[in-house]
Amino acid sequence: MEFLGLFNYWVVVILMMIGFYIVICSNNLIKKLIGLTIFQTSVFIMYISMGKIEGGTAPILAEGVTLYSNPLTHVLILTAIVVGIATTALGLAIVVRIKESYGTVEEDEIHAKDKKA
Amino acid sequence: MESFIHIIILSMLVTTAVAIVRVKDLFAVTMLAGIYGLLSASFFVLMDAHDVAFTEAAVGAGISTILILTTLSMTGRFEKAAENPKSNYKPALALALVTVTGALLIYGTQDMPAFGAADAPVQTHVVPRYLNDSATEIDIPNVVASVLASYRGYDTFGEVVVIFTAGIGVLALIMSTASKAPVALRASMEEHVVLRIVSKMLIPLIMIFGLYVQFHGEYGPGGGFQAGVIFASAFFLYAMLFGLTAARKVVNNTWIQALAALGVLLYGSVGVLAMINGGNFLDYNFLAQDDVHGQHMGILFVELGVGITVASVMIIIFFTFSTRKQRDGEPD
Repeated sequence: MEFLGLFNYWVVVILMMIGFYIVICSNNLIKKLIGLTIFQTSVFIMYISMGKIEGGTAPILAEGVTLYSNPLTHVLILTAIVVGIATTALGLAIVVRIKESYGTVEEDEIHAKDKKA
Repeated sequence: MESFIHIIILSMLVTTAVAIVRVKDLFAVTMLAGIYGLLSASFFVLMDAHDVAFTEAAVGAGISTILILTTLSMTGRFEKAAENPKSNYKPALALALVTVTGALLIYGTQDMPAFGAADAPVQTHVVPRYLNDSATEIDIPNVVASVLASYRGYDTFGEVVVIFTAGIGVLALIMSTASKAPVALRASMEEHVVLRIVSKMLIPLIMIFGLYVQFHGEYGPGGGFQAGVIFASAFFLYAMLFGLTAARKVVNNTWIQALAALGVLLYGSVGVLAMINGGNFLDYNFLAQDDVHGQHMGILFVELGVGITVASVMIIIFFTFSTRKQRDGEPD
């Protein structure tokens, strides 16, 4: 796996920037949230990639194994995933309320209605 | 061979993400996001992070897809193209911004240690202690479980509280307070006989698997967070196939909310019990006659608290969204 070098991190940066682009550029609030999820997952991939050791195995202690991947990054990301879905659900709940109050989830239409009011 | 799969999965992730940018049909975007979650779960398996892969498969490919679809059914399926010339929609500017930011970040990666290096700082700081001493200090094989529940117990407690708070937030925002006469709601997939029969067989297996992941988490991959989301997904499946009214009979609103709080309370009580026995908050060594037994007991109850809270909050969130949807319009 020597030649992989920094390939993982470059993919992480590309995914992160795609998510960032959706967040900036998309007009629809739900798509923005999906963009945020992509951004978030790219961070997960970065942490898990950092924790991998070449030739290591999953951090479950066993006879005759000496090299384990990093358990700490796994712990951080595993909790972050579940916290992430809980906060995404909160975001979606806010979107539902916005739809009920404004009748739309498109950002420019919401701004237009705000200016009129 | 492994690095071949590695490169393919990462390329597929990038392709899926690019497709998400380009597609305007939000239903397709949600499905692509589910694929994205499943692909990242496969990647985590490849990186030896089985606990993480479990969670991501249940959350990224399952729960988040269902929640976004339920929201979509309330907000509309298509993203409008911004045709208003005066709007702030400037894709070229955004593209330039992300390109510059991305280039700077890639420049920054040049200082990172190579992938898989055993002497990287992340591997040499606190981790050797976890790997070398957890066998004698805690005596459970899954180091992820012992770091999660014992070494970093405070941290996990905070995260459980965050999940609990998010559940309360969803309830506060979109709980339907009007107790209208319960309409006999039809299940969205009632007419699909094959789906109903297959799910009837699968639901008990999913629940047993959830319990296995919960109570076997100290010995293999698993634990409260994973078990919670897997267990909740069985309820999602039941509610989708047999209707919310039927599911509400199984899961009473009041006690599922009480259970969500009970999980956090159980976690906190373990900490307080350790204090009563003369230790610090969440110091499991003081829970039983000797340190290792105390650690075992502490981890068991703490993981149980996590599992109860995560499962209840996920069920609450899903039921709240679906009830809102049925209040708003025709059940489809």
